[in-house]
Amino acid sequence: MKKTKENCVSNTRKTTLNLSYWSGAWVLTMALVAFGPKFLWEENATLTIIAILVNLGFGIGLIFANKKHLNSLDELQRKIQLEAMALTLGVAVIFGLTYSNLDVTNLIGYDAEISHLVILIGVTYLAGSVIGTLRYR
Amino acid sequence: MKNKIKILRAEKELTQGQLAEKLEVSRQTINAIEKGKFDPSLPLAFKLSKLFERTIEEIFQNEI
Repeated sequence: MKKTKENCVSNTRKTTLNLSYWSGAWVLTMALVAFGPKFLWEENATLTIIAILVNLGFGIGLIFANKKHLNSLDELQRKIQLEAMALTLGVAVIFGLTYSNLDVTNLIGYDAEISHLVILIGVTYLAGSVIGTLRYR
Repeated sequence: MKNKIKILRAEKELTQGQLAEKLEVSRQTINAIEKGKFDPSLPLAFKLSKLFERTIEEIFQNEI
């Protein structure tokens, strides 16, 4: 069957929606793993392992949903995403290791947390996507 | 890379949206190509060539 623009657009919309569902489920199960042991099941190890496995499952689903979403984009949209990903990878590695060095050498008064790196990755990717979209507008 | 897509599109009385629909890409992609901000892939260039009934060289000019 020949693809039409409407099909392409609706397919992108569908994969974007699908990606948001997987992202939401992953974030919710992440919160469950973070707060469940303390507030919901009083440190029960079995329930904690189950929650971690469920979170991992949604994480794997999220990876595939993201891949499917990227495949549904046209070539310019893919280029924008690729440039945002390249920027994010560079920033995450360079700033992540610098941050780690600051921690290891005790130049900062607190422990370097992985969550700080995740926030940096998220903000950089978002900024990269917005800049790319504006550049090719 | 310079191109004549805007002129050829006008000759066929197509909007950017309509051309995007025929080529199965987003309107943003057509706009970026017309402005020379983005060079299309070879398959997309062939689609343009077929649609406008021109050779790729007639549509695109290298700026060297």
